[in-house]
Amino acid sequence: MEPEKTPLYKMHLGAGARIVEFGGWLMPVQYTSILAEHRAVREAVGLFDLCHMGEIEVTGPQATDFVQRVATNDASRLAVDQAQYSLLCDENGGVVDDVLVYRRPEGYLFVVNAANTTKDFAWLLRHRLPACSVEDISRQTGMLGLQGPLAEATLQPLTDVALATMPYYHCRQGNIAGVGGNTSRALISRTGYTGEDGFELFCGWNDVVALWRTLVAVAAPPALCGLGARDTLRLEAAMPLYGHELDEHTNPFEARLGWVVKLEKPEFVGREALAAIRHAGPRRLLVGLEIVDRGIARNGFPVLSNGQVVGAVTSGTFSPTLQKSIALAYVPTEMAQIGAEFSVDVRGRPLSARVVPLPFYKRKK
Amino acid sequence: MPEVRQQLKYTKEHEWVRPTDDTAVVGISDYAQEQLGDVVFVELPAGGTEVTQFETFGTIESVKAASDLYSPVSGTVVEVNAALKDRPELLNQSPYDEGWLVKVKLKDRRELDVLLSPTEYDTLIGSLE
Repeated sequence: MEPEKTPLYKMHLGAGARIVEFGGWLMPVQYTSILAEHRAVREAVGLFDLCHMGEIEVTGPQATDFVQRVATNDASRLAVDQAQYSLLCDENGGVVDDVLVYRRPEGYLFVVNAANTTKDFAWLLRHRLPACSVEDISRQTGMLGLQGPLAEATLQPLTDVALATMPYYHCRQGNIAGVGGNTSRALISRTGYTGEDGFELFCGWNDVVALWRTLVAVAAPPALCGLGARDTLRLEAAMPLYGHELDEHTNPFEARLGWVVKLEKPEFVGREALAAIRHAGPRRLLVGLEIVDRGIARNGFPVLSNGQVVGAVTSGTFSPTLQKSIALAYVPTEMAQIGAEFSVDVRGRPLSARVVPLPFYKRKK
Repeated sequence: MPEVRQQLKYTKEHEWVRPTDDTAVVGISDYAQEQLGDVVFVELPAGGTEVTQFETFGTIESVKAASDLYSPVSGTVVEVNAALKDRPELLNQSPYDEGWLVKVKLKDRRELDVLLSPTEYDTLIGSLE
């Protein structure tokens, strides 16, 4: 299948981006340097094209019942304009996707991983209730990320939404004043995938170019950031990436996402299996590894203890903030304590690794 | 456009070699460092190691990926660029000068004849762009 392009594709090329295919989309992996883009988000502000992400809207009288049935977190706790991290799990407790669920005046909005949009939509339709409508609005919805400690200062002069009083995981519909007097309507959400303060902005698919132009035209423009920096940022913050830390053969408890599985809420898909897994305890656990030796432990590399393969790396990189080689890996639960020592087979070379607390990086409030 | 330095010989795997009398300095091209992105670790052989033309002699880890290094010539490593241990970014900033990798005592100068000239290498990367 031919990869798709977001409306910003030509702007990325014009900005000198290197393009890669990700989740069926041609996306910028970096504009200048992953390290420089990473640093910009930690220290100032960065702008990301997130139009590849999927958006699925749920409306109708049974919308809440439906969301409660398909997602593991408790959507009844959401106020209008509030968001929560949640999971779609199958009947075996395997993770179909990790998602953000927004409660909106008209219903709910799921923001899902690009590569999973089609699968998620089909899965949601399969579990649909009679009095609710499920619509894939991914191609009508543009999405940008504005992330970093200066995100609020960058965005506030452009919008009528009072950002200072908008808490984390809340959103507001507002106007973003554009260049040449154009105004973009956007849903401004205080969320992100970087471990920093910041916003995710949703607007019409065809409005996203104008919104991008607006954001890069400010006096101190955000650094343009690609998927490379997005990955190193999320990994430092120990946020899972579907396909790496999560998949259909992974359950939320081993991924340390038990906090988004609300077994006490009414019946939902996967509940029985998830209750059994929680009762038995997960057999393996996701841990943070610091690679003591020089080298990078990447996805799929074996993790060894006393010469035996006991697990595998799911993601690994050089942490630009910590200046250390870090990785996430699954290891047997009984070996998952902080300080436990392993070796990672990096192309035949055993590198020493040690379990460290997660997240690797936490911003100062 | 990436720089193709004159007076060097190149491999198809994007290493360069600068021969002097009986030794040669080896590095990676500007095109290679651009493709790799930010280099964070460089694994090089110790001094005294024998290397063989077109066989791997080390690895470069960038944030994105690990890439093998292929030796443009056969011989004995006589010097390793120690600065790269603490400053791997020299490979990005100065691939033809400060970011050199190893110095090799040449086993057979005739091996240089099968390497690409700057013009040939320029054509190669032009076809890859």
